[in-house]
Amino acid sequence: MTARTLYDKIWDDHLVDQAEDGTCLLYIDRHLVHEVTSPQAFEGLRMTGRKVRAPQKTIAVPDHNVPTTLDRANAATMTEDSRIQVEALDKNAKDFGINYYPVSDVRQGIVHIVGPEQGWTLPGMTVVCGDSHTATHGAFGSLAHGIGTSEVEHVLATQTLIQRKAKNFKVEITGSLRPGVTAKDITLSVIGATGTAGGTGYVIEYCGQAIRELSMEGRMTVCNMAIEGGARAGLIAPDEKTYAYCMGRPHAPKGAAWEAAVTYWKTLFSDEGAHWDKVITLKGEDIAPVVTWGTSPEDVLPITGKVPSPSDFTGGKVEAVQRALDYMGLTPGQNLSDIKIDTVFIGSCTNGRIEDLRAAAAILKGKKKKDGIRAMVVPGSGLVRAQAEEEGLAQIFIDAGFEWRLAGCSMCLAMNPDQLAPGERCAATSNRNFEGRQGRGGRTHLLSPAMAAAAAITGHLTDVRDLMTATV
Amino acid sequence: MDKFTKLTGIAAPMPLVNIDTDMIIPKQFLKTIKRSGLGVNLFDEMRYNLDGSEIADFVLNQPAYRQSQIIVAGENFGCGSSREHAPWALLDFGIRCVISTSFADIFYNNCFKNGILPIVMPQDVVDVLMEDAKKGANARQTIDLDAQTVTTSDGRVFPFDVDAHRKDCLINGLDDIGLTMVKAKAIDNFEHKAAALRPWA
Repeated sequence: MTARTLYDKIWDDHLVDQAEDGTCLLYIDRHLVHEVTSPQAFEGLRMTGRKVRAPQKTIAVPDHNVPTTLDRANAATMTEDSRIQVEALDKNAKDFGINYYPVSDVRQGIVHIVGPEQGWTLPGMTVVCGDSHTATHGAFGSLAHGIGTSEVEHVLATQTLIQRKAKNFKVEITGSLRPGVTAKDITLSVIGATGTAGGTGYVIEYCGQAIRELSMEGRMTVCNMAIEGGARAGLIAPDEKTYAYCMGRPHAPKGAAWEAAVTYWKTLFSDEGAHWDKVITLKGEDIAPVVTWGTSPEDVLPITGKVPSPSDFTGGKVEAVQRALDYMGLTPGQNLSDIKIDTVFIGSCTNGRIEDLRAAAAILKGKKKKDGIRAMVVPGSGLVRAQAEEEGLAQIFIDAGFEWRLAGCSMCLAMNPDQLAPGERCAATSNRNFEGRQGRGGRTHLLSPAMAAAAAITGHLTDVRDLMTATV
Repeated sequence: MDKFTKLTGIAAPMPLVNIDTDMIIPKQFLKTIKRSGLGVNLFDEMRYNLDGSEIADFVLNQPAYRQSQIIVAGENFGCGSSREHAPWALLDFGIRCVISTSFADIFYNNCFKNGILPIVMPQDVVDVLMEDAKKGANARQTIDLDAQTVTTSDGRVFPFDVDAHRKDCLINGLDDIGLTMVKAKAIDNFEHKAAALRPWA
């Protein structure tokens, strides 16, 4: 039998139909739905008299619009248009009989955190959602990617997606990470190396010792940003850590079904000799804590670096860099660690899981944020929030002067009350530093939770390694 | 979906690379439950000042380009968020075709679902089309989907590739869902087989 990649195997096991011209129909195991990209799709079903084909495989949760302040049960905290969108999801979930976690449910949170947490996401599945960060679920060795609203309607109606197969891209991270370096630094460094279009047309499989050594939370952070590198999806082959994470989750199989599932999951790896269309290798030891300086996730450098000059670039990037520096209010040659910040945001589907909060709390323990800095922690789900409170992390954040919020997408995309003012500069653990992403005129520097915590303490972008106590 | 066959129109030059979907339609306009009406907010933060007045320099605010139907863009157009509001906003403004050296995957798919034709051309061709677009309103380009060609205002013709299935859907204005539902039997069979192989899924 021909040697296959993990992507090839998942693809083959979900192929419903292949037309002569190569157009394929792929079966979808899990369809995640949120309030922003679904109302037009449900409306389409109503207009054509169609039903949801597999409501038991469809899971909805509101996250983008919901306020994260403690008073959010008060409807006045939401703008009218946000409220209409959330109410539309409430109604659509009920009318079409799909699984639903409303705002009032403790399990509510960011869709990409809730899916794995509840055991909906399992190895070898196909997972889609009308959201580009669906790539997150690839951490389980499931083929997961974002789709548009027309495709949401297509999946609701048919439980399939029309696809053409992507190419295979292997990203290997050898060796081990150094202290202070995290999954976020891996994924940003990969984008720095490949560019935001480097993955276009590919599915990435991340592998190598440094990836194996990551927890499931870390692997989700890596896969989450595969889309920022342009890839359709990011994958990591499942292993014992994956099974341990899934076991006992509400929607994971139990008993004999669990044993059968694990037997199947153990076949999910890229075969020796499988064909790769593209390969890059980074040494884990060479990866430093990084920050972004521009308005594209590829604008990334080690924290020890300096703001580049447009003349360091070629082609269309010269104009883009000048525009980015003007927007970000930065000068070429400036030390990245001298950049003063106004706000710290810890949260999002990239870094809103328990391990992220632990990493930030480890830096903040016994310390205070710098005066005048606005700092907030937004857990990725109600259950992450509860666990952080139980572990004493919430108190560390509160003692350090952070706001301790309820779950939601929050300031990652500012569709809710959490936004930057024009010119306000933010150290953010989220995934996009685009112009206006966190609020019109807002300036975003992407970094890891530990680096965000360090910036909160000093008031400027900071090498977290300078704040870490020496380990024996 | 409106059919796309042949289009002759004004092409707006947007050489900036990595134009993302947050630029095309900022997040505050995603709170709609409709597909229409987004054209007025297309490129909102590049197009308007905070007080709502127009930024005169922005290409679509210039008199020559206010009726543009084509955009010639820098590489990696449509990157970032999966929001289909981006092609909805382009379409509502009147854009039916975007030409670039590369597009982000999800945006590229979303265009075809809305009667917009994204065309990938090599850098040297995009350079020619960009210069042609800079000539203004009298320099109309022609897109012929059936022939798979772009013709500049001075008659230079460049061929392009497009997936046969997608081309067929655009030319005939076909609805994907209806086409897939014809294959319901194959989906039933797959589900039956998968239930035995992967009962937990």
